[in-house]
Amino acid sequence: MQHVNWVALGIFVVLFGFITWLGFAAAHWRKGDLDQLHEWGLGGRRFGTLITWFLVGGDLYTAYTFIAVPALAFGAGAVAFFAVPYTILIYPILFLVFPRLWHVCHKHNYITAADFVRGRFGNRWLALAVTITGIIATTPYIALQLVGIQVVIGAMGVSGSGWVAHLPLFIAFAVMAAFTYSSGLRAPASIAIVKDILIYITAFAAIIIIPIHLGGFGKIFAAVPDAKLLLAVPGAHSTGAYSAYATLALGSALALFLYPHSLTGILAASSGGAIRRNAAMLPGYSFVLGLLALLGFFAIAAGVKDLPEFAAGFKEFGNNFAVPALMLHSFPAWFVGVAFAAVGIGALVPAAIMSIAAANLYTRNIHREFINRNPSAKEEAQIAKWVSLIVKVGALGFILLVPTKFAINMQLLGGIWIIQTLPAVMLGTFTRWFNPWALLVGWAVGIIAGTSMAIAAHLTPTFPLAFAGATFPGYTAFYTLLANLLLAGVLTPLFNALGPRAADETVAADYHA
Amino acid sequence: MNETPKTQTGWRWWYLLFVLQFLGVLWPPFYNSAEPSWHGIPFFYWYQMLWVLVSALLTASVYFATKK
Repeated sequence: MQHVNWVALGIFVVLFGFITWLGFAAAHWRKGDLDQLHEWGLGGRRFGTLITWFLVGGDLYTAYTFIAVPALAFGAGAVAFFAVPYTILIYPILFLVFPRLWHVCHKHNYITAADFVRGRFGNRWLALAVTITGIIATTPYIALQLVGIQVVIGAMGVSGSGWVAHLPLFIAFAVMAAFTYSSGLRAPASIAIVKDILIYITAFAAIIIIPIHLGGFGKIFAAVPDAKLLLAVPGAHSTGAYSAYATLALGSALALFLYPHSLTGILAASSGGAIRRNAAMLPGYSFVLGLLALLGFFAIAAGVKDLPEFAAGFKEFGNNFAVPALMLHSFPAWFVGVAFAAVGIGALVPAAIMSIAAANLYTRNIHREFINRNPSAKEEAQIAKWVSLIVKVGALGFILLVPTKFAINMQLLGGIWIIQTLPAVMLGTFTRWFNPWALLVGWAVGIIAGTSMAIAAHLTPTFPLAFAGATFPGYTAFYTLLANLLLAGVLTPLFNALGPRAADETVAADYHA
Repeated sequence: MNETPKTQTGWRWWYLLFVLQFLGVLWPPFYNSAEPSWHGIPFFYWYQMLWVLVSALLTASVYFATKK
């Protein structure tokens, strides 16, 4: 590895120290009783339009995204740009569905999607399915955030052997665990503001300055090999890269707000209107994500892969090292410190929210449902705080004990699993026509089929569906969601005939202002 | 909670603007080309980036049009 970059490391540590202080100080921000779960785990549902913008932006556009999307562009080319249509399409969905969910959750003090499903369909097993899917899909996602921190720490030349090598990660993690425990969602909400400002500065500096160094966009795109510049045109009897690209974008967009951490950010908003306004404002982040995806091409044009000083980094982190290498190559050390701090802090914000979301799920939908039906408010908040620690230790173990590849595969499967909760959660905000048992069967079949298809496709996201003599490669999550919906629809009259349905504790008026 | 039924109807024609966003970005054959390029940026890239801006404007239009 290269020498330690002291200037960059110094800036990184100072910024990190600042957000640590901010994280603890956040406990006193818009002060509430942190012994109540909705105060600790949802910030008291008091975040207005602007804070929600920072919080949800910091939550959805994670450090891993900012490292992995350009890395995919660097390695595979045009297909990485599916992140752009993906993050365009999440906002119509956000606008139409989630203000309804916000209103009903606010009315009934629901903290999680599973709370809502429990109340709407009156079926604890369906709620448990939503809960477990959420927790299992979230943990590898937290682990991947740590990969983001590892890459930038490694890029600053900090290395060691054995446990010492992991010391910076441990410190970052312990700090995050401590301020999450003490301040709850207020900590990542306040830190998100710093993180997002750093990300915007870095992205715009990179998109303006690097092309000047490299001689303009024309030269950059000319340096990208033809095979990477555009999607491969499909051959005969196959929809090829086109259907893969479109279903990846659509399926990912449908799945995103089903993740517990996304919903936590949304439910923490102070009104349904704040969510709708954010649907128009959050594309600002999508724009930045698109710009950052282009950094993968900048890295190709700058030829960082062939520079001897970056050989060790590419060897250790693969294509994920492309953006850090580009930063080191293009910017003075102090600005590298700023950019890397943006990534490092950008990892802590979503990781903290994810652990809070998983803790809320466990506390409400496993502990309270199956272990202790009547905890006091204080006990409930206390359990959530402890579980948030356990989830983080689990994620840390994930990254230290198993190869990173495993966390990436788990996160891939997580997307296929979480989308199976769409009929119960998203369609559930509009209708309870579906029978809960039919939804449960659809969910189970979706998960089993999705997992098998992903394994058959060698743990790649797309499956080559063969039908009527043609091949339709597409996102496995999307195909299995269709199967899930079809099955839930067909089985609903059947289950309805078998016995009476449980009552709905919500009424139509609960779903809007 | 005591709403007039009129505000409960949910669907509004303005929501059709959202359909445009899906049509605009989910048909890759339409935009999978290098030309017409813009300042050296191939069509594939600037077209999709432009849709980020267009979609934000469409969503804002729907917001203002459907605001009570």
